[in-house]
This record gives sequence, structure tokens and C-alpha cells, in this order.
Amino acid sequence: MIRFEGVTKQFPDGTEALKKVSLTFPSHQLTAIIGPSGCGKTTLMKMVNKLEKPTQGEIYIDEKPITDLEEVELRRKIGYVIQRIGLFPHMTIKENASLVPKLLGWPKEKTASRIQELMELTGLDPDTYLERYPLELSGGQQQRVGVVRALAGDPNIILMDEPFSALDPISREQLQDELRNLQQTIQKTIVFVTHDMDEALKIADTIVVMRKGQVEQIGSPAEILGNPANDFVRSFIGVERIQRQRPFGDKSLSEFIGLFKTEGTGSAHEVSGSLTVKEAFEVLEQSGQTHLAIRLGESRHVYAGERELLKAALAKEEGELV
Amino acid sequence: MNFFDTLVSRQDMIQTAFLEHIYLSFVAVAIGIAIALPTGILIARYRRFAEPIIAVTAIFQTIPSLALFGFLVPLLGIGSPTALIALIIYALLPILRNTYTGITGVDGSVIEAGRGMGMTRTQILRQIELPLALPFIMAGIRTATVLTVGIATLATFVGAGGLGDIIYRGLQSYNNSLVLAGALPVALLAIGFDLILKWIEKRTTPKGLKL
Repeated sequence: MIRFEGVTKQFPDGTEALKKVSLTFPSHQLTAIIGPSGCGKTTLMKMVNKLEKPTQGEIYIDEKPITDLEEVELRRKIGYVIQRIGLFPHMTIKENASLVPKLLGWPKEKTASRIQELMELTGLDPDTYLERYPLELSGGQQQRVGVVRALAGDPNIILMDEPFSALDPISREQLQDELRNLQQTIQKTIVFVTHDMDEALKIADTIVVMRKGQVEQIGSPAEILGNPANDFVRSFIGVERIQRQRPFGDKSLSEFIGLFKTEGTGSAHEVSGSLTVKEAFEVLEQSGQTHLAIRLGESRHVYAGERELLKAALAKEEGELV
Repeated sequence: MNFFDTLVSRQDMIQTAFLEHIYLSFVAVAIGIAIALPTGILIARYRRFAEPIIAVTAIFQTIPSLALFGFLVPLLGIGSPTALIALIIYALLPILRNTYTGITGVDGSVIEAGRGMGMTRTQILRQIELPLALPFIMAGIRTATVLTVGIATLATFVGAGGLGDIIYRGLQSYNNSLVLAGALPVALLAIGFDLILKWIEKRTTPKGLKL
């Protein structure tokens, strides 16, 4: 868990990037920080690994103040992915990915098997790519390596600074999906900075909306969409998106089968496919379960949790995402 | 007397001058690297000193070489130390400037990634900045070497020997063959050094950058 307490950042020129920010990034969750440029979101993120230092206030990781920690040691335990990727062009993919384990003094075999595993997890064939150089890879592939490199030292925390915003739309969508799936396997505490609301809604467990160095709202994607705290949040989400949510809430679940999961996880509450999306939200909440099992026919089910229902609510046409 | 007869009859003298010339150029460039490379690294780290220090070496560069040799004699007397100092002063600028440009030209995102991953400043310098700046640094050394080989012909005026001796002697005795016997080896030496350094420059370019 990462906790900010009364953190203020004033730059030497007098501008205040952050004003008394207090918030918590829960463990094992992906928290997206979103806001217009200049709102302080990147500064906030960079404070976690001491790339920026607060003028006032304190940051705690697992309740230990980070001022007590040596910055180089701290950074080696925190994964870091940046927008411009920043792979070392003179090193092979393998050398790039092995850098943090090397700094941590891991034995060679342990590093090699870890890299192998992560490459496979991010959909890069180790035999094809390990000996190549970054410039031989496409942008999307490079950023996959960027993610592998950040995960290599097995950090508990990963910081991602608009990691997908420089990629083409197709790679971006792919990497967002992959990050979502990856997070279900690795369960890291991820702080993800973005300016793209679609991205935040799609991948985050919690969204922090910021403006001018202050937090405007913190909540789950459903809360932010359904209950924007003020006009700023509302306009930032986009009035259009909120309005769009309504008519589709009235469509039946069976129209969105493509968005749901084919395999259930744990216990699920069984409902009929003719239920509307809106009703499904209510049923899910009342049931106390994490998922709904949607009956489609004789013993055929698809499964949907809050995230999938949200996708359905946001879908423009049947099966298509906003 | 034709050129080849001159070469044969003055063989010993030319050979000595040739070796002196190599010695002067080589030592001057070596010391030039020893001074300019660390300075270049330092000014890349403390950038506010960069402009003034580069400006000083640039001013040195604008002093006509003959004048510089002449200026140093009353201070340091004659002999090879005086010649070496003058040559070193000329070698500084290209090496210094290319080292500085090479390091400051390294993509900022790469440095940020290194810092964010917990590399120390020294690790960033040795594992990222220097390897990526190496082609630039080598290009600077190449320029400095060719320049030095040329200017070293003036070492004769401070009694430091070198192929300038042969040329000067030829000029004084209106012996064009002798002038050529001094000038030609200088040109060959410059070309030879340049080719060797070009080869090294290619070899030091990181593989991942040649794609």
C-alpha cells in the first residue's frame, strides 16, 4: 500500500504542482491517475520512487516513510515504465530486461528463467526476440519489453507513466487488454498515469481524477461514471459518455455476450439473459457475489462481474466497445 | 637531384624525422584525450560550466599555429615540451566538444529509464552515456589526430624536430624534392591515422545503433 499524506510540491519557479494531496493506492490493485496535462499526475507518480521529492508531507510504502529509504535501493524495488519507452538501444532485449536483476545481484540462471517467463507472459517469443536490439522491434513490441523490464526484478509496485499513449491505436488496445490480463496473474500494486478516460475506465480498479494539483474524485470506474463528484469530473468524463450510458443500460444482457467471460471464477449468482444491464448491476450488488452467471440456454452460461457489466453499459452497439 | 634520389640519400634523416613526427602527434593526442575526455564528461554533468570551458578551447583554436609556437618559446624555451604543449592545446577542442555533444545528445528517455530503474550516476555514465556517446568521441579524436599531424610540421620552429625539419630545409635550399620528401610522409601519416581511427570508430559503434 502506498499512502500520501499532505503532500505538497512546489517547483523552484514557484508553481505548485501538488497541493496537500492525501490519498492511498491500495495493494494489488491498478489505480489510474487521470487529469488534464499540468494537473500534477506525473509529479505525483514520480514521488513514489523519489524521482520527485515533496516540498511538504510524507509518502509511506507499507506504512514506512520513504524519506528513510535510500533512493537507488527503493527504485530497484519499484518497476518503472515510461511513455517514451526508453529501452537502451545498444543493449539486446535480454540485456535490457536483465538490468534490474543484475543491479540486484541475482544469479544468472534465476534472471534468465525470470525473463523467459515474463517474455512468454507478455506474448513475446523469447527465442525470436531475446538477442535482438530494440530498434528492430515495433513500438508495441518495444513497450512490451518495457513492461518485461519493469517486472524483471519482481517488484511489488509498478509505476506506469502514460505507457501506451505513444503507440498506434491497435497496439494500444492490445496492450491495455494484455495489461489487464497480466494484472490478474501478477496482482501487483500498479500506479498508472493517463490522460485518456477510456483507458482508465478499461483497465483501472480505482480512478483518481486530478485537477491543478488537487484530487477531485477517487472511486471505481462505475462510481466515477455513475456519480461524478462535480462539474469538472463530469465534463472530463464527457457528458456524451454519461448520456450514452443510459439507453444501453436498458438493453438486455444477451445482446452483449461477446463482452462476457466464458469461464466462471468462484461463486456466481445465476440470472436470466433477458435481464437488462441496469437490473443486472442491482442484482449483482444485492447478491453479494463477485460475478453473475448469465443463463443462455440449456446449461450454457457466460459470466460477468462489475467490469464486464460496465463494458456492456458503455458499449455503443452490440458487442462493440465505446 | 630528383625526388627518388633525395629519398635514398636522405633516408636516415627522413626516417628520424618521421619517427619524431609520430612521437609528437601521438603523445599530444594521447595527453589531449587524457585532459579533454574527463573534462567533457564533467561539463556534460555540470552544464553551466560547459559554455565557458568550450569557449576557452575555441579561442585557443583561433590563435594561428605559428603564432602560438612563437608565443610559447619565450615562456618555455625551445624543445619538444613546448611543441607538445602547443599541439595538445589544438587537440583539446575537437575531443572536448564531441565528448560533450555525444553525452548530452543521449536520448533523455533512456537516462530517465535508467534513473527510474535504480542505476547510480556512475552506472548511467558507464553503461549508458559513454557507450552511446562513443562514436562521437571517436570522431572527435579522429579530427584531433589529423589536425595534430598537420600542425606538428611547425614543431621544427621550436627545435622539436619532426617532418617539418625536412620541409623547412628544403624550402631554405630551394630544393623542391626535399620539400616533397617531408610533405608526402605527413600526408600519408594523416591519411593512415585517419583510416585506422575510422576503423576503430566503426568498431566502437554499438551494434544496436547500426540497424
